[in-house]
Amino acid sequence: MIFDQIFFYLFSAVLVAAAVMVVTSRNPVHSVLFLILCFFNAAALFLIAGAEFLAMILLIVYIGAVAVLFLFVVMMLDIDFSQLRAGVQRYAPIGAVIGVILLLELVLVVGGWRFSASAPALRLNPAVAGISNTDALGRVLYTQYAFLFETAALVLMVAMIGAIVLTHRDRRRSRYQNIAEQIARQPADTMTMLDLPIGVGVKQLGILRPKPKLAALPAPAEAPVQLASDHRVPEPITRVEG
Amino acid sequence: MIFAIAVFAPLFGSLISGLFGRWLGDRGAMGVSLLFMVIAAAAGIFTGGQILTGLVPASTVSIGDWLHVGSFQANWELRYDSLAAVMVVMVTVVSTLIHLYSVGYMHGDRSVPRFFAYLSLFTFAMLMLVTANDLLQLFFGWEGVGLVSYLLIGFWYDKPSANAAAIKAFIMNRVGDLGFALGIALVFFLFGSIQLDTIFADAPLHNAATYRLFGTNMHAYDVIGVLLFIGAMGKSAQIGLHTWLADAMEGPTPVSALIHAATMVTAGVFLMARMSPLLEYAPFALTVVTIIGGTTALFAATIGCAQTDIKRVIAYSTCSQLGYMFVAIGVGAYQASMFHLICHACFKALLFLTAGSVIHAMSGEQDMRKMGGLARRIPYTYVMMWIGSLAIAGIPVLSGFYSKDAILDAAYFGRGGGYGFICGELATFLTAFYSWRLIFLTFHGPSHVAPEVEHHVHESPLVMTGPLAVLALGAIFAGMTLRYSFIGGGQGLFWAGSISDIHHPNLLTQIEHTPLFIELLPSLLGLLGILTAFVMYIAMPGLPARMAQMFGPIYRLFLNKWYFDELYDAVFVRPYHAVARVLWHVGDEGIIDGIPRGGAALVRGSSGGVVRLQTGSLAGYAFVMLIGLVVLITVFLIFR
Amino acid sequence: MPLSVSHYLVVSAILLVIGIFGIFMNRKNVITIMMSIELMLLAVNLNLVAFSGALGDLTGQVFTMFVLTVAAAEAAIGLAIVVTYFRNRGSIAVEDVNLMKG
Repeated sequence: MIFDQIFFYLFSAVLVAAAVMVVTSRNPVHSVLFLILCFFNAAALFLIAGAEFLAMILLIVYIGAVAVLFLFVVMMLDIDFSQLRAGVQRYAPIGAVIGVILLLELVLVVGGWRFSASAPALRLNPAVAGISNTDALGRVLYTQYAFLFETAALVLMVAMIGAIVLTHRDRRRSRYQNIAEQIARQPADTMTMLDLPIGVGVKQLGILRPKPKLAALPAPAEAPVQLASDHRVPEPITRVEG
Repeated sequence: MIFAIAVFAPLFGSLISGLFGRWLGDRGAMGVSLLFMVIAAAAGIFTGGQILTGLVPASTVSIGDWLHVGSFQANWELRYDSLAAVMVVMVTVVSTLIHLYSVGYMHGDRSVPRFFAYLSLFTFAMLMLVTANDLLQLFFGWEGVGLVSYLLIGFWYDKPSANAAAIKAFIMNRVGDLGFALGIALVFFLFGSIQLDTIFADAPLHNAATYRLFGTNMHAYDVIGVLLFIGAMGKSAQIGLHTWLADAMEGPTPVSALIHAATMVTAGVFLMARMSPLLEYAPFALTVVTIIGGTTALFAATIGCAQTDIKRVIAYSTCSQLGYMFVAIGVGAYQASMFHLICHACFKALLFLTAGSVIHAMSGEQDMRKMGGLARRIPYTYVMMWIGSLAIAGIPVLSGFYSKDAILDAAYFGRGGGYGFICGELATFLTAFYSWRLIFLTFHGPSHVAPEVEHHVHESPLVMTGPLAVLALGAIFAGMTLRYSFIGGGQGLFWAGSISDIHHPNLLTQIEHTPLFIELLPSLLGLLGILTAFVMYIAMPGLPARMAQMFGPIYRLFLNKWYFDELYDAVFVRPYHAVARVLWHVGDEGIIDGIPRGGAALVRGSSGGVVRLQTGSLAGYAFVMLIGLVVLITVFLIFR
Repeated sequence: MPLSVSHYLVVSAILLVIGIFGIFMNRKNVITIMMSIELMLLAVNLNLVAFSGALGDLTGQVFTMFVLTVAAAEAAIGLAIVVTYFRNRGSIAVEDVNLMKG
């Protein structure tokens, strides 16, 4: 029985340390990596608590998807590491006060609470013996909480769409048709009937020019294709007055 | 029924011409309105003839109900009696002639249909006024003629002077209307009704009633009389509320002829005559009327002697003649007043239209100093002017002689008429003087006509001279033919109770027996006036200038209309403008606009302060959220 | 002393506080804030799972599943926003994120 204590303390120590490193690390990539370490240790703690399905899900989803996403973005944005702003002086004193208050409150709560007598009777979904955690979760999730499950799926879909919409860059790379403008074209805009005297050259007539309407069509898109390596901050951003 | 046609036909003419003028075109609008006016005139003459010859008794033609508020009842009813019939005949006939004249005068104007619509609308309003069977309908017609007068004076609305004159006329009318409205209210208060029949029937009953005003108990009938007279003063341009009449000449000449000679200005006289059953019990009011009328007669005549605009002379002449009519009212000879009203309508309209003919010939020139020697160029107009002037001066045979004499004789005999008599006689002299001054300056003497105008001097077309001829006939013959019916032996039957002279029963018979000298005095004074004008303007042309220099202040007084306009400007207009300016800048812009503006400034200011919370700094926001969270937790823990 | 819920609660609390401080104490970039949020969510999950295990109630674990889902979605959207922001502004330093200044 003492093993789980040892493992608990071990994993929680690493967890806390890694969390601190996430927040204080200079290199954002290091931050993400420490975050991944956090998640690993948290998964272990989940296992100790008996929620093995969730522990695995943590690994797959959090580490495998969310943390990787963080890594992608961190590496994509090509942040200049040298730009380090000065430390935390401004908020330090108030922050310390807040921290102390928070700590006192947490100690109060953590130290002074206990389960109520009727707690066991109030269990909504008591764990059934003899089946695995996954099985038990499945029995509850797909029956009682099926609606919420579907809603969660919807939330994920909306997130997906949202992410696409936000980051999609639509650049016209070719000359395109504007159907409405084409249909709305009038002969008077494009044609003039002229009575030409015989033998006069086009240049003398002075008609060698585009009609105004034609000249107003948009030029084909000139922006070049954006390469991933193009993401360089052109010049240092001067501090914007707040 | 036909009576109703006489009253309402002009309305239809006005509506059609006004609403569909654009599609009818100039000639169509002229034709339509003229047609309806002819219908109205025919119906008016027919029904007038019926009642004035005694074929039918007096009655009322009910049109519909209007207001029933508690005990206050007002209905649309046409009162069909002699007084109304006389006025209807006069108004419709004169209006028809004016419509015909306008066909020629307004030819080529920019908005002819509008003009004819207004003319017909005016006629309708006037007819509603004279056929009203209760005071509210009378007031409706009263206001209607005031309104259309405003529209017509300001007909050429791109002339700022015309706009100003129109507003001046309307506002002065309104001042008088205030008195009129108060009078109506007091009548209702006393009689409990504004139906004329009720008032006239109950007139003897409330004779003892008093009304507390300015701290003293006054005879209620006198108060009513004075109030109604104030309304009449505004409408008929008596002294005090007269300044609008001269400026009203900004309107086209047919307008001046119709409104400011024959119809609207006579509405005041008509009102007094209509309310005669009541006024007979208000001797003080009648005295006021006499004094004001006499003063106006003299005062306006003096101003007319010094004016240089041909239409203004005739305008002040109108003002003066209206004074005469009120003198007659004041002494109780209402019939004489009406007689003069009808004769005056003929010759004053004639004078105005003739002046219009002169102006038309002179391509718009109205200053007499720039005329002269036109007698040979426009002889027909010249003759018409002579006829009209002879009539107004009271030269025997023509109509003015009979009507003016009747008034002056009544003033001579009437109680309290001495002042009116003296003013009237003096005014007679001046009337003749300025009338012939006008003739001599315009038609005789050396020509001061501008060269470019000289070429176009021409006689007016038949459509303009025709009405002149008809009116001239009236000016000549109306007096002698109507005398018997209006004020002579047949007046009792003629008026058949529509005019009451209970307390002056023998006045009209007394007039028949005036001393010869008194009878001939006006004519003598008239001839004297003509002679004086001849001397001053033909025989010794330099005399007027010398006299003007010698009597400089008096001349200037007459020329500047006794400084009434300046007085009103200083006493009313300027303080009013000052108050308006204060209310505008301080009240409206400062306070009333300041409230939303202040609110907006307050919001802007406070939001400017509040917006500083939004630093935009992400870390700051997060920090504040944390603090908020800690506070909430603390609160929760403490108050668990 | 035997392993009980309190241990987990303490760990969870510490993790939460670290996450909170990470949000406003960092000066480097916005992604650190997002990672701090993930830490806080992890702390919550740990809490829920601990209670679930202690009570023998599966509700905690079900709840944790949904929190996980939402956390993943939120991370995705948040990162997309950061990427777009970086494209437009060229910097993701926390102090430079001040366009919403009033």
